[in-house]
Amino acid sequence: MKKSTVSTSEANESGIENKETDGLNQRQIIVKRFFKHKAAVASLITLISIFVVVYTSLGITIGFSKFKFSIPGWWPYKITEIDPEGAMENICNGGVAGCPTLDLAPSFLDGDGIRFGAHPFGTDIIGTDYFALVMRGAQQSILVMLIVGILGIVIGTVIGAIAGYFGGVVDAVLMRLTDMFLVTPTIVIGAVIGFRFGNLGVVPLAIMLGLFAWMGLARFVRTEFLTLREREFVDAARVAGASDRRIIFKHILPNAIGIIVVVGTLLLSGAILAETALSYLGFGVRPPDVSLGLLISEYQGSFSISPWLFWWPGTLIILIALCINFIGDGLRDAFDPRQRRHLTMKDRKKARELSEASA
Amino acid sequence: MSTTNQPVLQVSKFNIDFWVEGVWYPAAIDMNFDVQAGKVLAIVGESGSGKTSIAMGLMDLLASNARVSGSVKVNGVEMVGAKKSLLRKTRGADVAYIFQEPMTALNPLYTIGFQIVETLRTHFDMGPQEARTRAIELITMVEIPNPEGSFDKYPHQLSGGQRQRAMIAQSLACDPGLLVADEPTTALDVTVQAEILDLIRNLRDKLNSAILLITHDMGVVADLADHILVMKDGLTVEYGTSDQIFNRPERPYTQELLAAVPKLGSVAVRQLQPELVGLPPVLKLQNVSIEYPKKGRVPAFRAVTDFSLEIFPGEIVGLVGESGSGKTTVGRAAIGLLPAVEGKIEIVGRDITKPTPQELREIRRFTGIVFQDPGSSLNPRLPIGESIGEPLLLSGDAKGKELDRRVEDLLDSVELPKSYRNRYPHELSGGQRQRVGIARALALTPSLLIADEPTSALDVSVQARFLDLLQNLQDKLKFACLFITHDLAVVDILSHRIAVMQDGRLVEVGTRDQILKNPREDYTKRLIGAVPVPNPEAQRIRREARLASK
Repeated sequence: MKKSTVSTSEANESGIENKETDGLNQRQIIVKRFFKHKAAVASLITLISIFVVVYTSLGITIGFSKFKFSIPGWWPYKITEIDPEGAMENICNGGVAGCPTLDLAPSFLDGDGIRFGAHPFGTDIIGTDYFALVMRGAQQSILVMLIVGILGIVIGTVIGAIAGYFGGVVDAVLMRLTDMFLVTPTIVIGAVIGFRFGNLGVVPLAIMLGLFAWMGLARFVRTEFLTLREREFVDAARVAGASDRRIIFKHILPNAIGIIVVVGTLLLSGAILAETALSYLGFGVRPPDVSLGLLISEYQGSFSISPWLFWWPGTLIILIALCINFIGDGLRDAFDPRQRRHLTMKDRKKARELSEASA
Repeated sequence: MSTTNQPVLQVSKFNIDFWVEGVWYPAAIDMNFDVQAGKVLAIVGESGSGKTSIAMGLMDLLASNARVSGSVKVNGVEMVGAKKSLLRKTRGADVAYIFQEPMTALNPLYTIGFQIVETLRTHFDMGPQEARTRAIELITMVEIPNPEGSFDKYPHQLSGGQRQRAMIAQSLACDPGLLVADEPTTALDVTVQAEILDLIRNLRDKLNSAILLITHDMGVVADLADHILVMKDGLTVEYGTSDQIFNRPERPYTQELLAAVPKLGSVAVRQLQPELVGLPPVLKLQNVSIEYPKKGRVPAFRAVTDFSLEIFPGEIVGLVGESGSGKTTVGRAAIGLLPAVEGKIEIVGRDITKPTPQELREIRRFTGIVFQDPGSSLNPRLPIGESIGEPLLLSGDAKGKELDRRVEDLLDSVELPKSYRNRYPHELSGGQRQRVGIARALALTPSLLIADEPTSALDVSVQARFLDLLQNLQDKLKFACLFITHDLAVVDILSHRIAVMQDGRLVEVGTRDQILKNPREDYTKRLIGAVPVPNPEAQRIRREARLASK
């Protein structure tokens, strides 16, 4: 055949739908798409702020009984101090002691002006500073969430990957195992774990909860692997002489990262809610330690008189869970290449202006 | 049908733009054409030229980020900027669509009868019994066997050709004045394609509809079109009668496009280089049978039965067959990706009938494979340099700087810039990706290359370049090649010998001229007869010969 002289430029072949991603690598595309999701970005900022405030205010204690290492925080009160500097003095409407001194209403509304006061979150019934308690509770809840989340993601990914990649007997055995874990009601598992390990402290409890949190992710990852395994680049790698391990970790896993991240974030928000529920029922974190769920449970009796004891931890739980869900939503959009974005009002307006200008 | 001489479809000053990232990108610029009743207008162009956008844009079916302007008149009624209710009434009733992929365009949850009845009852005041009768009439008209029984069949119970017929029946439900066929035969085998084209032609004669045919296949165009519009990058390149475009093309692009279409019997016989004659075969398949093992209740499926073939050094053997004939299975077994249940497979003298992992690692050095789908054969998360270098790295041939140098050499040999090493597959076009696929397959300078339909996803001009490149590399490196394809014209250009497969069995094997000029078996004759040639006159003669022999 004679040398073809067709001048069609192959670069144009990719078409208009790829213009958005021209000249970017995969990570840049994902980051760009994520930052387009306004709710996700706002959630990310909020979540980071919460983490920073929670962990710096009270400081962090790392290590076990004998080898403890503490970084002090900037908040003056401790959760063990009772009635510091006469906090009970702050009497609000109806003669209830220990009201929050935080006032966000500007002075032209109620004449007091915006102020934090000594105890912005108020104090509890015996006079402990409530800001310190909530921060400590949030520290523990976030710790539980992270441990459960990481364990769940790692175990779920490994089991799902192995089951999906090898198939056959391996798949059948692992999936029946997953089914066994799945059919047991979560609350029963949680209660038994809490009952047996709750008194050992937060970390063992979190680890045990993590061992029962991987099933959903394992199924998702397995499905993803079943699809990706049939793609031709896996055959290409096999022909190139790649081992099973290399194919799983180098070729398939990076392509399944989207589903792992997305389901993983849902796992995280599920974990913080599970911890709250268990602690509320009395199976989770035990006093004298605190967690957000435990705070709600402890003070539920005083809801009618001192409602702030209920509102602060409740708001924080909702805020964290909501932020994580929004971030997950943003990541889902960012990782899904088939996601076709619709025009926003702003886009339409700009488009109209542009076409009018050119006319 | 209008009694005046007014065209069914009149398009003038028609523009389509897409809004991407703050800029309007034009997909169609200043299009002017019209279609008369009983005539076929073909819009021809390569992928990305905007032809499908036009088809969808006519009836305002584009995504929300598109903008259309100009004028589209159907039977004299303006469609651009028309009310949604008018558009809905026109769609299906006056303008009907046939899509490329019948499996995805038909709803898998409903029977084809139900889907045709749905269209009928949406547009006409019809009772269920009446609609059923009409639907069976339509199914009979598109020549689906056993119309009564097929009425209650689901799309997955029909073959690809029958599904496409069912979709045509659905689109004909309201006697549309205009039929828009967007690549109606691209997903089908040549023999099925020939039947569908016959059907469309008969329907045009019977119903006197106007047809807007959108395709990239010049053979299909030659078979059907009265007028042709050639498109490139959203612009009209040339617009004229079929005779003008094929016999007296004026624009260089049209001429190039026509030249790039492979034609049967247009190239001289390729001779095996003399120094390679008489060497023992590189690949030897002896009475091989391959099965896909049973899964649960699904019984084992025998994809290939009693297949024998030998490939000698420096030889390209074309393996031709329709979809489902087992040709890809043979290709995979030949490289050790599938075991054989019977017979014997030998590569460079090593038996890999039931390969152990150790044996497989040894033969990797002698084999390479180019896959069909350039979109799925490269790992989207790896830069292409890493994909190409993987065989070298894993075989321990090269590392670090040496590896980089080898990868750059390979990119050079497939005519890609060295800087492409750090690019990701999605940044490359289909043709470029397929060349990366060759570079990877040739990384270890194998003695046997398996090419599994490497050009089926490419445009003709890109295909021509790809085949050129493969030939040059083969002349230089002298590897043996098993080239699997459904396209006889491609095999004609490349191969020394041709093997024809049907239903998992070898039909016949012989030198290129023997198979293409003097086929012994009926199946081979039918296969060759069904290939449309890009020449309206020749195609008419072939078509009549084919119909007469029926």
